Amino acid sequence: MEIAKKMKLPIYLDYSATTPADSRVAEKMAACMTIDGDFGNPASRSHVFGWKSDELVNEARKHVAALINADPKEIVWTSGATESDNLAIKGAAHFYQRKGKHIITCKTEHKAVLDTCRQLEREGFDVTYLDPEENGLIELAKLKSVMRKDTVLVSIMHVNNEIGVIQDIAAIGKLCRSRGVIFHVDAAQSAGKVEIDLANLDVDLMSFSAHKIYGPKGIGALYVQRKPRVRIEAQMHGGGHERGMRSGTLAVHQIVGMGEAFRIAKEEMAEENAHILVLRNRLWEGLKGMEEVYLNGDIEHHVAGNLNVSFNFVEGESLIMALKDIAVSSGSACTSASLEPSYVLRAIGRNDELAHSSIRFSIGRFTTEEEIDYTIQLVKNKVAKLRDLSPLWEMYQDGIDLNSVQWAAH
Amino acid sequence: MAYSEKLMDHYENPRNVGSLDKKDASVGTGMVGAPACGDVMKLQIKVGDDGVIEDARFKTYGCGSAIASSSLLTEWVKGKTLEEASEIKNSQIADELALPPVKVHCSVLAEDAIKAAIDDFKSKQSAESAA
Amino acid sequence: MSTYLDHNASTPLDERVLDQMMPYLRAHHGNPSSVYRQGRIARQAIDAARQQVAQLVNAHPSQVVFTSGGTEANNLALKGAVVAPRCVAVSAVEHASVLASAQQLAIEACQLVRIEVDKDGLITEETMSRALASAPERVSIMLANNETGVIQDIARWAEMVASSGALFHTDAVQAAGKMGVDFAALGVQMLSLSSHKLYGPKGVGALVLDKRMELAAQMVGGGQEAGYRCGTENVAAIVGFGKAAELAGLELQSRCSHMLALKQMLLQALSKVESVVVFADQAECLPNTVFLAVPGIDGETLLMEMDRSGVAVSSGSACDSQKRGASQTLLAMGIDETLARCAVRVSFGKDNTEQDIDVFMSAMVRQIKALQENSMLVWA
Repeated sequence: MEIAKKMKLPIYLDYSATTPADSRVAEKMAACMTIDGDFGNPASRSHVFGWKSDELVNEARKHVAALINADPKEIVWTSGATESDNLAIKGAAHFYQRKGKHIITCKTEHKAVLDTCRQLEREGFDVTYLDPEENGLIELAKLKSVMRKDTVLVSIMHVNNEIGVIQDIAAIGKLCRSRGVIFHVDAAQSAGKVEIDLANLDVDLMSFSAHKIYGPKGIGALYVQRKPRVRIEAQMHGGGHERGMRSGTLAVHQIVGMGEAFRIAKEEMAEENAHILVLRNRLWEGLKGMEEVYLNGDIEHHVAGNLNVSFNFVEGESLIMALKDIAVSSGSACTSASLEPSYVLRAIGRNDELAHSSIRFSIGRFTTEEEIDYTIQLVKNKVAKLRDLSPLWEMYQDGIDLNSVQWAAH
Repeated sequence: MAYSEKLMDHYENPRNVGSLDKKDASVGTGMVGAPACGDVMKLQIKVGDDGVIEDARFKTYGCGSAIASSSLLTEWVKGKTLEEASEIKNSQIADELALPPVKVHCSVLAEDAIKAAIDDFKSKQSAESAA
Repeated sequence: MSTYLDHNASTPLDERVLDQMMPYLRAHHGNPSSVYRQGRIARQAIDAARQQVAQLVNAHPSQVVFTSGGTEANNLALKGAVVAPRCVAVSAVEHASVLASAQQLAIEACQLVRIEVDKDGLITEETMSRALASAPERVSIMLANNETGVIQDIARWAEMVASSGALFHTDAVQAAGKMGVDFAALGVQMLSLSSHKLYGPKGVGALVLDKRMELAAQMVGGGQEAGYRCGTENVAAIVGFGKAAELAGLELQSRCSHMLALKQMLLQALSKVESVVVFADQAECLPNTVFLAVPGIDGETLLMEMDRSGVAVSSGSACDSQKRGASQTLLAMGIDETLARCAVRVSFGKDNTEQDIDVFMSAMVRQIKALQENSMLVWA
C-alpha cells in the first residue's frame, strides 16, 4: 500500500479508550509542577505557593463548568470517571437509603457503574438492570414500568463507550425528577462531543473524565447539583477537601490539564465534530459494501467519533491481531483482557458470533482522511484473509444454516 | 500480551489452510468448538493405506492463538501414524508456541480436533469394512 | 524570590521526573488495558514504575497497588475489609485521612480505639497494650508524623500487633524519601505512600500490601490493579512516581545529611532566640522537620507575616489548615492549647540552602519583634 509510506503507523483509532493529551494541555500541566512553577498544595492556606495553586484549581473548575453549563461550585474533583461513578452511586445510595433501596441502571453501562451496583446489591440494595432496545437505546416506557415507590436512584450513561449511542437524558431526567428519583449520568464519553446543558437538564449527578477528551489520565470530576440540592456521602475521607465530598490533596497539574482540555473542547467542539463525522461516514461508506457486515447501535442517535461494526464469521481478537497497523479494540478496553464477548453487544441482542466479531473504531481530533482510507483497505484485505481461514465462512458459503448445527461446546 | 515469534509466524503465514473432501473414505474430519465460545476448529487428515497421515488441512475461526495452534498441529501430524498423532498433547503445542496462560485452551482445542479427526476416520473405516 | 519551607505539605516536582513523565502524556498515551502496542507501552511503563516504588520500600512489585494518592491509600487500608471490622485502633496523631476513615467506620458500628502518645509524641508499651486490650482487628500507626516529624518504632509495635492477631497498617507518606523505609522489616501488612511528598507529581500514591491478607476494593469497575483499585491508570503520574521513588532511593543518604545539617543549623539559631519552644525535640525525628512555637504569638499570624516576607511555612498539616484549630498532634502530646495555637512548622527539602535558613531566621526575628511590640501596644 503506497500511502502507508507517508503515514505514521500504527494508526490510532481508539479514541474512546483514551486520547493523547493536547499539546496545549501538556504545556499548561508542565508549568505547574516544578520549583519554577505553581507546585504548591492548594490546601496550604499560609503562603503564596498554596494560594496560587488554589487559584489555578478554581480557574480549571470554571472551565469544566463552562463546557457543561454548570456552576463551578457544582464540580467536585476526583481521580477519574471510575471514581466519579463510584462516588455518585454509592454516595447517593448511602445518603438516601432511608427513602428506599431500589436502584435502576442499564445492562450496557460501563463496568464502573455495573460493578458498583453489584457491590450495593451485596449491601442489601435491590438493583434492576434494564435491557436496552436492539438499537442500544432505552425505552422510556420500560424505565417507567420498573420504577417503584422505593426507587431512589437511576444511573444511565449519556453516550455508550462501545456502540456510541446517545441516550435521551433530557427525557429520562424529566421522568426521574417527576418521581423524585436521583438521576446520575456517566458522561465520560459524551463531554466535549455532545452538547451538555446542565442548567436545563434534570440531572442530579454527572461523571466526567479528562483523558477521553485530550486531557490527562488520573483526573475526573463529579457534577453535584446545587439547586435542587443533591446530597452524597463521601467515599474517601480525610482532610475534608472538595467541601467534604472527596478528600485528598488536589493534583493541581492534573486539574489544570483537565480545565484546559475542557476549555479547548468548548471552543472547538462544533468544528471538530463536523470533521470527525465526515471521517466516520467515509469509513462506514467504505466498509458497508462488504458481505455480512453489521453496524452496531442506532446510527441516528450516535456520537460522531464511534463506529462499531461486526464482521460476521471472523473472530474479533484475531482480526485485531491482523489489523496491527491500526490501534482499535473489540469492545471496551476495560474488559479487553478477558475472553468474554462484549456484554454490551449481547445486551442489545447480538448473537455470540456477531458479538465475538465486533471491532470498535473510534475517531478523534488527530485522525486524517488518509488514515481512514488506509484503514478501509486494510480491513477489507484482512477480513477476506481471515474468512478464507474460517470454517464458519465456508459453511455459510455452502448454504449451511449455522443455527441448525449442533456445536460441541467446550 | 506479547506473543512469541513462532506464534506470530504461524498466525501470519498459516500452513495447510483449506479443506479436503470429507466424503472421501481416506479423509477424517474433526470439527470442535462453538461460535458462542469464540472458536471453531476444523481439522482434516488424509490417511494412506499404511496408516500414515499423508496430508492435513485446517480452517479455524478464533483468536490468533487458535489459528497458530491448528496450523502447527497440521505440520506435526503429517507423516505420523494415527497412533503417534493421537499422542500429541496440548501442552506440547502450548510450549512450542509459548501460549500465554489465558490462551492454553486453544491448544486443548487443537488436541481435541486431531482426536476427533482420527475418530471420524476410524469410524468411517469400520463402517466400510462392515459393509 | 520566595523561600519554600513547607515540603511536608508538598514538594516541587524534580526536573528529571518531569522529563520522564512528558512522553506519557503525548506520544505514549495508550490506555494500559488496551492490547495493541500503545497500550502495551503504557502497561510496561506502569510495571517499571511498580518496580521502582517497590524497591524504595523493599517490597515485591506485585505488592504495590497504585492509588490516586496517600489519602486514597489510607482510606483503602482502613476501610478495605471484606467483613466490616468490629474494632479498629489508630494512634492519636494520625493524618486526617486515617482519622476520618476510622471515624467513618465508627459510624458504621465499629468501636474506635485511640492509641495515645506521650509528651514526646511517642507511642509507649503501655498505651499500646491498653489499645490492644480492646482486640482491634486493624491497627494504624503512622511511621513519621507530618507535623512534628516524630518517628514511631513500627517494627516493635508490629510484633505486638501480630501476636494480637490484628492487621497492621502504617502511613509512611511523610517517611518515604526522608528515612529508610523497609516494608518487609517493618512487619506491617499495609503501608501507604504518596508521590508528591518525594518530588513526584500529585495525584498518585500507593498502598503496599501483603497479599496474603484479604482486601476489599473501595473503587470498583474494570479490574485494574489486580482488582484492588479500579479505574484507568494515571500513567504519566505513575511513571513520575516511579522515577521520583528511584531518585529518592539513590539520593536518600545525601538528601538526609543535607537536610539534617540545615535542621541543626536552624535549631542552633533558634536556641539563641528567647522563649522559642521546639516540640518533640527529645524524640527521634525526620531530618527535615522542625515544629516550633513562640509563646504569645499566634502561629497563623506569624506565618502570614512570614509569607509577606517571602517565606512559606505552615502552622501544621495542610489537610487540616482549612479548619484553623490547634494542632491535634500537639494536643495529643498534652501541649497546652494556648501554646499549640502558636505552632509553626518548618519542613526542608533537598534543594533548600543555608541561605534559606538565614532568610527564615531574619524574617522571624523581625516579625517576632514587630508582633511583640504590637501586642505590647495593645496591652499597654
